[in-house]
Amino acid sequence: MAEIRKATGFIDWLDQRLAVNKFIKVMMTEYWIPKNINFLWAMGVVLMVLFMVLIVSGIFLLMYYKPDIKLAFDSVNYTIMQEVEYGWLWRHMHGVAASVIFLVIYIHMFTGIYYGSYKKGRELIWLTGMALFGMFSAEAFSGYMLPWGQMSYWAAQVITNLFGGIPVIGEALVVWIRGDFLVADATLTRFFMLHVLLLPLVILLLIAVHFYSLRVPHVNNQEAEELDFDAEAKKYLDGKKVESKVVPFWPVFLSKDFFVVGVALTVFFYLVCFHYDFAMDPINFDPANNMKTPAHIYPEWYFLWSYEVLRGFFFDIGGIAAMDIGLAAFGFANVIFMVFPFLDRNTDHVAPAHKRPAFFIWFWVLLVDMIVLTVYGKLPPTGANAWVGFGATIVFITLFIVLPIITKMEAKCCHGGCK
Amino acid sequence: MLSWGLQMKELKILAVVIFFTAVVYFGVEPFAHSQMHPHVAPADFAFKDLGATEKKGDAAKGAETFLSAGCIGCHGVAAANMPAPMDNASASATFGVVPPDLSSAGAIYDKNFLAALIKEPTKALKVEHKFNETRPHPMIQFFGLGGDLDQEVADIVAYLQSIAPASIDDKKVFADACQRCHDMKYDKLMSTTDKTALMAYMGTTPPDLSVMIRSRGNEYLTTFINNPQKQLAGTSMPRVGLTEKAQNQVVAYMDKVGDRKKAERESLGYKLIAYMLVFTLLAYAWKVKIWKQVH
Repeated sequence: MAEIRKATGFIDWLDQRLAVNKFIKVMMTEYWIPKNINFLWAMGVVLMVLFMVLIVSGIFLLMYYKPDIKLAFDSVNYTIMQEVEYGWLWRHMHGVAASVIFLVIYIHMFTGIYYGSYKKGRELIWLTGMALFGMFSAEAFSGYMLPWGQMSYWAAQVITNLFGGIPVIGEALVVWIRGDFLVADATLTRFFMLHVLLLPLVILLLIAVHFYSLRVPHVNNQEAEELDFDAEAKKYLDGKKVESKVVPFWPVFLSKDFFVVGVALTVFFYLVCFHYDFAMDPINFDPANNMKTPAHIYPEWYFLWSYEVLRGFFFDIGGIAAMDIGLAAFGFANVIFMVFPFLDRNTDHVAPAHKRPAFFIWFWVLLVDMIVLTVYGKLPPTGANAWVGFGATIVFITLFIVLPIITKMEAKCCHGGCK
Repeated sequence: MLSWGLQMKELKILAVVIFFTAVVYFGVEPFAHSQMHPHVAPADFAFKDLGATEKKGDAAKGAETFLSAGCIGCHGVAAANMPAPMDNASASATFGVVPPDLSSAGAIYDKNFLAALIKEPTKALKVEHKFNETRPHPMIQFFGLGGDLDQEVADIVAYLQSIAPASIDDKKVFADACQRCHDMKYDKLMSTTDKTALMAYMGTTPPDLSVMIRSRGNEYLTTFINNPQKQLAGTSMPRVGLTEKAQNQVVAYMDKVGDRKKAERESLGYKLIAYMLVFTLLAYAWKVKIWKQVH
C-alpha cells in the first residue's frame, strides 16, 4: 500500500489516493499530439461535444416521453413541444444534433481515409470507429421511431423488413426483431429500450476503446510523418516548444478545438432555432397510420447512400431477383468500410492522398459517388433516376474491388510508397 | 502565430468541406423535395373556374328568398336567431356531416364561390368524383323560386353578407370553416360531426390539424385549402371557398396552435447564437495566445 502522509491540501489528499496528478499528465498535459495538423483533427472533439448534447437533451426528453403507441406522438408533440418549458429546445437540439453528428462522423471518416490514418498500427482506431458508426446508426434508427410519426412507422416497417431477405431464418428474424408480426407497440417499446439504454452503453464503451486505441500508435498528422513521440515530447518539456513537433492535448490542442467547437455550435444553434426541417422531417409530424402509406418513404439523409445501393439493382439479373441482389449489395456496402484497412495493400507506408496519385483519384471518386448515391437515394427511383442509382452503385462496388489492386500497384511501383 | 500560408491551407480545406456539405444539402433537401412535390399554381382566391355574376344582390330581398328557398331546413343562422333544426348527433346521422351555421358564411367565404355553391354544390366544392345521381350530395341544389336564378342567388349572398360580423377572430374562422370535420386536439376543439358518421361520409377520418402546420407548412396549406385537388388529386376533402383573408386567418390559427413556441424559439435563437459567437471569439483569442508559444 502507498505511504499516506498528512496532506498539504485537497489536491494532494486526492493525489495520494487517486494519483490525480499522474492521471492528468497521462490524459491531458503530457498526452502528445502532432503539431502539424489542421482543423479536421478537431472533429473528434466536436463529435464528443455533440454526443454530450445528445445525452443531456436525451435525459430531459426522457422525463416526459411515453413509449406507448397511443401516447408517444402526443407526449412528444404536445407535452414536450408545447407544455414543458423549453421542451421544444431540448427536442430540437436532440433532433438536429443527431443529424449533424452524422455529417461530422462522415467528415471524420473521410479525413481518416485521406490522410491514411487507418493503417500501419492504426487499424484498431479505424475498426472501433466503424463500430461506433454502426452503433450510432442503430441509435439514430431506433430514436427516429420514438415520436411515432408517419416516417417513424414506415421507415421501421421497411428497414425491419430487410432482415426478411436473409436466407432461411429471415422471416422468423423479422418477427423476432419486431416482437410482433407488424411494427407495433412491442416494437416501439423494445426500440425505446435500445435507444435509451443498451446502445448508449455500448457507445460509451466503444468511445473509451476508440480513445485508448489512439494512445499507442498516436494521432496521425498532415504529412503522415512518423514521429518519435518520446524525443519530441522531451524537446517540448525542455522548453523547446517551437522546435518540438508535438503539443500537449491540454491546453494546446484543446485550445484550438474549443475554437472549432465554438464555430460548430454557433452553426448548430442557428440550425436548432431557424433551420431544422432537414433534421426533423415535416412528414413525421403526421401521426403514424398503418392504413396510409406515404407517397415517398426515405430514410434520414445519412442512410441514403446505402439505401440507394439497396435500391440500385432494380431489375433481375440471371434469374436472381433484383431484391436479393440489392440486399447483397446493401450488405456489402455496410461491411466494406469495416475492412477498409485490409483492402489497402500498401501496408508499409502511410501518406496523405495527395501524395498517392492513384489513391487520390480513388478518394475523390468515392466521395463524389457517395454524394450521388445520397442524392439519388432520396429522389423517386423512376426513369433516369433509377439508372443513375444503378450506375453509382456499380461504381461504388467497383471502387472497393479495385482498391486492393491500385494500392498493391502503388506499393510495387513506387518502391513501397509514393512519398 | 500561425503563418499566413498555413491559415490559407486551413481555409482551403474548410472551403472544400463546406462545398461538399452544401452539395449534399442542396441535393437531399430543396432539390429532392422539388422533385417529390412538384410546384403547383398559386392559390386562386377569385375562383375563376366558377365564373362571376354581374348581378347586384339585394340583402332585404335575399332575406325572404333565403327563407323561401328552405335553407333553414338544414342550416342554422344563430346571428339571425334561427337555431339549427337538429342537434349535432342527429345531423351527423342524417347528413353524414353537420351542416354549417351560416352566420359568418358571408364574411369568410368568397361571394362568387357562395353563389356557385348554392347553384351547384358538387361543382363548387370540387367533389364531383364522389357525389353523383346515385349518391347525391347532402346539400340540395337551389333551382330558384321561378324568377331570375342568378338574381335570387345574388340576393341570398347579399343577405348572408349583411348578417355576417365585420371581424371574426382566427379561432372562430377555423371553427366555422374546418371544425365540422377536423379536430384541433391541442386546442381542445373536436369535430362537431360524429366520428363514425364522418368516417362513412368521407371514406376516411379527416386528420387532426394540431401540428399540420409543422407537417405541411404555410406554402402547401395555402394552395391546399384553396383547392385540395391541386395537391392531393382524388381527396374527399372539399374545396371550402375561403376568402384570402379568412384562409390566412385559418393558417395563422394553425400556426399558433401547432407551433406555439415559435416566438420563443426565434428570440432565444438570436441569444444562443450571440452567446456562441462570444464564446468563439474568446476561444479564438485564447488559441492564438496559446499557439504563439509553440509556433
